[in-house]
Amino acid sequence: MNTKLERILPRVQKPARYVGGEYNEIVKDKTQTDVNVAFCFPDTYEIGMSNVGMRILYAVMNDLPWCACERVFAPWGDMEDELRKARLPLWCLESQDPVRDFDMIAFSIGYEMCYTNILNVLDLSGIPLHSSEREGLHNIVFAGGTCAYNPEPLADFIDFFSLGEGEEITVEILECYRRAKQAGWDKQTFLREVAKIDGVYVPSFYEHVYNEDGTLKQIIPLGGAPKTARKRIMQNLDTARYPDKMIVPSTEIVHDRMNLEVMRGCIRGCRFCQAGFVYRPVRPRSVQTLHDQAIGLLEDSGCHEITLSSLSTSDYRYLPELMASLEDYCQEKKINLSVPSLRADNFSRELMLKLQKVRKSGLTFAPEAGTQRLRDAINKNVTEEEILETCKIAFSGGWSNVKLYFMLGLPTETDEDVLGIADLVYKILKTWRENASNKKRGLRIHVATAFFVPKPFTPFQWEQQITPEEYTRRQRLLKDAMLSKSVEYNWHAPDLSQLEAVLARGDRRLCRVIETAWRRGAKLDGWLEYFDYKLWMQALRDCGIDPAFYTTRGYAEDEVLPWDSIDVGVTKRFFLRERERAYRSEITPDCRAGCAGCGANRLLEGGVCDA
Amino acid sequence: MPRMRFSKTGNAVWISHLDLMRALQRGFRRAGVLLKHSQGFTPHPVLSIALPLSVGVSSDYEIADFELDAPTDLAALPARLNAALPKGIEILECYEDGEKLKHLKWLEARLTLIYDAGVPAQAADQIRTLFARPSLEVEKHGKNGPVTVDILPMLHAYSVTQPDETTLALTATVSAQNPTLNPLLLLTAIEAELPACKPDFTRCHRIQIMNEAFHAFR
Repeated sequence: MNTKLERILPRVQKPARYVGGEYNEIVKDKTQTDVNVAFCFPDTYEIGMSNVGMRILYAVMNDLPWCACERVFAPWGDMEDELRKARLPLWCLESQDPVRDFDMIAFSIGYEMCYTNILNVLDLSGIPLHSSEREGLHNIVFAGGTCAYNPEPLADFIDFFSLGEGEEITVEILECYRRAKQAGWDKQTFLREVAKIDGVYVPSFYEHVYNEDGTLKQIIPLGGAPKTARKRIMQNLDTARYPDKMIVPSTEIVHDRMNLEVMRGCIRGCRFCQAGFVYRPVRPRSVQTLHDQAIGLLEDSGCHEITLSSLSTSDYRYLPELMASLEDYCQEKKINLSVPSLRADNFSRELMLKLQKVRKSGLTFAPEAGTQRLRDAINKNVTEEEILETCKIAFSGGWSNVKLYFMLGLPTETDEDVLGIADLVYKILKTWRENASNKKRGLRIHVATAFFVPKPFTPFQWEQQITPEEYTRRQRLLKDAMLSKSVEYNWHAPDLSQLEAVLARGDRRLCRVIETAWRRGAKLDGWLEYFDYKLWMQALRDCGIDPAFYTTRGYAEDEVLPWDSIDVGVTKRFFLRERERAYRSEITPDCRAGCAGCGANRLLEGGVCDA
Repeated sequence: MPRMRFSKTGNAVWISHLDLMRALQRGFRRAGVLLKHSQGFTPHPVLSIALPLSVGVSSDYEIADFELDAPTDLAALPARLNAALPKGIEILECYEDGEKLKHLKWLEARLTLIYDAGVPAQAADQIRTLFARPSLEVEKHGKNGPVTVDILPMLHAYSVTQPDETTLALTATVSAQNPTLNPLLLLTAIEAELPACKPDFTRCHRIQIMNEAFHAFR
């Protein structure tokens, strides 16, 4: 080991996350490969290693015999200080070679609050931040992940974006780079070629022109670039690459278990939820594939826990069959099978009771809104009766812990809706009094409210965000209405959500803001230990940008949107239609009940969803 | 109860005690050997490591006791486990009928003191003189804040050698339990009492653990 590093490690928290060497890590001899990729999840190791996409693409890239893909994560602050003090460049875990020695740096970007980490990782690696400063083919920086659907706030830093599911497109990108390297192309030639791959978006091929009021006037594709770049999807999840050997971290990570991805997409269409639209169309994996993957992964990893993950696992069509096929194995080998994101409907109730055999976890609901009217407006198709019925069964079965998640500041929300949350909580309390099998333990109801953030590619993408002051007023209103000792109320501070809204719907002018904030010391903004609101406000002022433009102003329906060059499959027409229905508090039935015509089916060969 | 002896070296030294427990438990599962689980609401595999190591310390002599769900050939177990463990953790042997843990008494460790600008003159002698004092009070972090202890009654034997220009090797046999002396406190003593002999970096390695009779603990 590098002696400098050896001397640093005893001084930092959780040193195991910086040295690699985990079970199933792939180490290649990089003198024998043509393309070497430093693959970065720009947050800590514990977060990044919990990301399923990261694990899939690590396998996909390392499947190529001519490619070596190594991992890098954002260091925690103590490690960063040590690196800067010792003038050590950031390294990749597998070989402990500096990131800057790699041909390409690939980022997987899942949420806005890690944008400064991207700059920090580049800087700690000694790589110039701006795409324009990086000449030649060495250190090409590209990015994918959910945030790539509005890539503009990162346009100055990232050479190109890879949109959608990465199993195939990543290989095509690396093949293109390999050709470029062999033929000695310059960077422009490479970018022109890579842009021909479906799903690749090169920001420098688009010029953004603004109106005097600051809104976008026009996005001009340059040099024959297509008007929009469309995201990629896998047509068949049963044949799509899913790693059979996953790295087993030697230190505890956030999701310290094996993950089975049962389907992609979501049939529900909650109007605030970006994931619910951008991951469409819905595609399930077969029970046989999942069964084999589950047993293969458990045997190989030695984990004693496996999660059936997706955006809404109780909507996985073959869940009973899958659970039945794994039941005996899990029982015999003492494996915990966990099913997150259950709904409050009948089917989930039965499932809950079944899972209880292994371990009784808490009961969690996300009604998101307090009244049926508002729940209908946001298309969160859960009713009060369903919640209370589930609670009734749970309380009589011995549960005494309920968590409820809500949002404040949703479009059309009134004080009546806010107080509706307290009303629902009171009804749950009453249900407990009438049904609890064991009252001695008492009831704990945890209520949490978050501040609604309008996101691109949702029916609410044009909406105004309320001010932080108004959010705080509503939050206090709710707090004063919930006086029971059984209720514990936690609320998110509004400042982070305000900034998230700015970044989520931001345009290219935010590149400077992100850079300024980072230069002023912003990093690890998703962490309370580091997030500094004042610093970001100062950065916005320094750049002459009013956050209200991106938050409380709202976007006009006929306005050119920064993310208009991206096509996620779901059409703007559908989003507009859904927005109208929201204003009428009209629900849209889930995809299984009937196709709502979102447009994502056009991404499928044959054009028919298997919702 | 079966016992294993293993080493923890290389980058595995950065794995904490709790993480090591998890790594070993998973190693058993990967090797296709199921550990016996405790009864109760959340069953836990039966596996415990004697004398947890500090993070960053390497060892050639770690002991863990475990119980298996079904009888297994213990002689063949190390090879099976080693194929299933992360780099740096190596099972050296598995056996039945180990000594009772209460007989575990001594621990032999090596501190490698590294001086980038070369070992200071007479450093070895000064350290020897330091440990020859009648008593040597060192401040350590106790459960209720810093406490001062005399480390010399817990130091059974030691030697100081200078293998090269920049390195001193301090090998010491210290009391492993009742009372416990963390060998790194010897370094704390050197740094506090002999500031000129403060090394730039120190590696700590556990060589072996022994019973009351100074025989290798089995």
